Amino acid sequence: MKYWPLIRLVPRHTHFNFVGLSPFAAILSAILIIGSGISVATQGMNFGVDFAGGTILQVATPGPAPVGQIDQTLKAIGVHDPGVQGIGGANSAQVTFRSVNGMDANAGATFVTTQLQQKFPGLKVSGQSTVGPKVSSELLWSGLEALGIALLLMLFYIWFRFQLQFGLGAILALFHDIVLTIGLLSVTRIEVSMTSIAALLTVIGYSMNEKVISFDRLRENLRKFKTTPLRDVINLSENERLSRTLITGTTALLALSGALVNPGNPLFALVFTMAFGIIIGTYSSIYVALPVILLWGARRDDSDAVPIEPVRTRL
Amino acid sequence: MLALSRWKIIAVSLSLIFGILFTLPNLLPQSALDSMPGWLPHQKLNLGLDLQGGSHLLLEVDTDALNKERLTNLTEDIRVRLKASQTEATDLSAAAGVITLRLKDPTQVNAVYKDLSGSLGTRMLNGGKDVSLRIVQPDQSIQVSFQPQAADEAARSAVKQSIEIIRRRIDALGTKEPGITQQGANRIVVEAPGESDPEKLKAVIGKTAKLTFQMVDVTVPPEDLAAGRVPPDDEILPSDDGHSPVYAVKKRAVVTGEMLTGAGFTNDENNRPAVSFTFNGQGASRFGKVTAENIGKPFAIVLDKRIISAPVINSAITAGNGIITGNFTPESATNLSILLKSGALPAPLKVEQQTTVGAGLGAEAVKAGEVSLAVGAAMIFAFIILAYGMFGVYAAIALVVNVLMMVGALSMTQATLTLPGIAGLILTMAVAVDANVLIYERMRDEANAGRTPMAAADTGYRRAMVSILDANVTTMISALIMFQFGAGPVKGFAWTLSIGVVTSVFTAIVVTQLLIGIWFRFARPKTLPIA
Repeated sequence: MKYWPLIRLVPRHTHFNFVGLSPFAAILSAILIIGSGISVATQGMNFGVDFAGGTILQVATPGPAPVGQIDQTLKAIGVHDPGVQGIGGANSAQVTFRSVNGMDANAGATFVTTQLQQKFPGLKVSGQSTVGPKVSSELLWSGLEALGIALLLMLFYIWFRFQLQFGLGAILALFHDIVLTIGLLSVTRIEVSMTSIAALLTVIGYSMNEKVISFDRLRENLRKFKTTPLRDVINLSENERLSRTLITGTTALLALSGALVNPGNPLFALVFTMAFGIIIGTYSSIYVALPVILLWGARRDDSDAVPIEPVRTRL
Repeated sequence: MLALSRWKIIAVSLSLIFGILFTLPNLLPQSALDSMPGWLPHQKLNLGLDLQGGSHLLLEVDTDALNKERLTNLTEDIRVRLKASQTEATDLSAAAGVITLRLKDPTQVNAVYKDLSGSLGTRMLNGGKDVSLRIVQPDQSIQVSFQPQAADEAARSAVKQSIEIIRRRIDALGTKEPGITQQGANRIVVEAPGESDPEKLKAVIGKTAKLTFQMVDVTVPPEDLAAGRVPPDDEILPSDDGHSPVYAVKKRAVVTGEMLTGAGFTNDENNRPAVSFTFNGQGASRFGKVTAENIGKPFAIVLDKRIISAPVINSAITAGNGIITGNFTPESATNLSILLKSGALPAPLKVEQQTTVGAGLGAEAVKAGEVSLAVGAAMIFAFIILAYGMFGVYAAIALVVNVLMMVGALSMTQATLTLPGIAGLILTMAVAVDANVLIYERMRDEANAGRTPMAAADTGYRRAMVSILDANVTTMISALIMFQFGAGPVKGFAWTLSIGVVTSVFTAIVVTQLLIGIWFRFARPKTLPIA
């Protein structure tokens, strides 16, 4: 029994000055947010057919897939925005396109399928997804609507369980996470589909989980140490839960590792986004949500909010 | 909290039995499943189309076309009415949802208005008429249009009817268990699992299949037909009969598809594929009368505004049945007979979205998901045991129970498990472990603060509970929102997450409490193993 635990990620007591690093974190976050904005503004998002409309075909060929020839064929028959890439084994490829000259989405997909089957004997379509332009814009809006409502309800819940400034700090941190995740999707050119919305919502869910755990410890210590300056209470709380933060974060990343080792895994894009969200969600709990509370000041029990003194260099 | 209360033992045992019983069908081969007694659960996980392969079609009822057609029919009703009362009109045209009627003799306006008001339109659900008429003063014209509610009512009933008709058509194809559901106001989702050919599905769904028998207007000279000049009660329709590219036919149909009672595949006298049909009493008598009056003249068999064939009437057909010949293949003749038997769609359907996943692709995704899940679980087990020793083993056991309960609950509710759903499962495992991490870290703090092992463990559970519940309520909020607003794959993900929240709180708290309680009773420890 004495030999356990075999690993310990942090010493029993830590006195890390989390709050002291806040200014640097603020600069880092600002740079990342601006970077995300620039990426979205210049190269935009790689919207998949779910949101941009169009067709994805997964094709299997008897021999190695002639990716280059398929691409040329598509261009020759008047296909807009064709894209061909090898997937999985060497004998399969993914064909994407927006539309075909003068045809609706559905007729276009059928036309391309027959053309490809004529040009490449033995080619089989193993999967197809076609989304008309009307549905695609609706899907995007319903996704955004869900996101907005979820954020609002969470704000109310945190307000109800903690204080308004806690809720605002959490929501601000979640916006930070969403912007950076969108930035990541833009920079990496990961295809944005309905599944990405699920990934984004998971990122928000995990991030919120972090915030609640952090707030919970802070609230407890605020009651315990009524006269200690807020920044000290925050530092104390974060040090107290540091071991848990690292163990849970590691566990979550390890849980995803099975899908992360192989980029050909159909879950890869989803899980990669989640892994990023776990890291960013942990960071934003300490460096976005808590600084908001620090700047605003927190209510101790039922007394009014007391902002901290501007300059104090005790830590 | 660590007392080994009876309810705790019962609850954990029951949930374990539940998890095993409902997970088992997924692990057994089909033969073993068939030989199991009937009272045991037999349901396997209901895999989404992205995992088992199949086709998903999102169809939209073309309400614009529906409204246009209703207006055309109304215009023809007015024309018939005017003819019957021998009133001459200078203008009868429909534009932008309104029919404008100008009479040659303006003094007849009031009489015609009265006549039309009485005869046109039908009653709506609220008792009012679906048609409104008014006289426009300056030029004494009559404007006829449908009430706005009437359009909604027509669209709603069109969607309902369409679902019924699609079901009949797909059933006739023999596709296994198609899911046909309404989505929103005018959309229909068709989900056909398995190796079904989406093109075949679209071939039977995509056709309106409106069958009409219309007389060919032989009085139109060929040069007028070529120039598109036909009398107002005629229309020019394209033809597939191989004799003429277009025909001028009377707009009024002699008989329509609604008067059919049956249709089937057959061969004509030259042994070529054809479609046989049978009329009901009304259709038979009408067809008999018209054929008797028009011997020697051709009539057109029209499907969805295209002429299949235009045979010449050789004798009066009074028996109420016949065959349709044309350029058929055995398959197209069979399809047409299915379409005619199941009835015409009230309005055309547009395919707005189509997803097809081959079974092979689905199986690949399942395999990738299984491997990811297994590797993820193994990593979590190793890490949690390294970090918390014996207590880590308890957390790992709780996690296994959690996975069993989740898979069991998903199998029992037959909720659809999609690929994002598997990612949801993986993440739920991580968050479930977080609950145990919170508890153990608390215990460690309390033990370090000088409490006895028993008190530390007890306080650890009590203090961590607040955070765990808060965290899970917020997760539940986002899961419910996703379920309410998300489409397709996101819904599956949200459902998996919701089930995971409930089962993980139970297993992470109650199951580990029981295990640690038992350990305390037998080991009587002096220190906590994690301190």
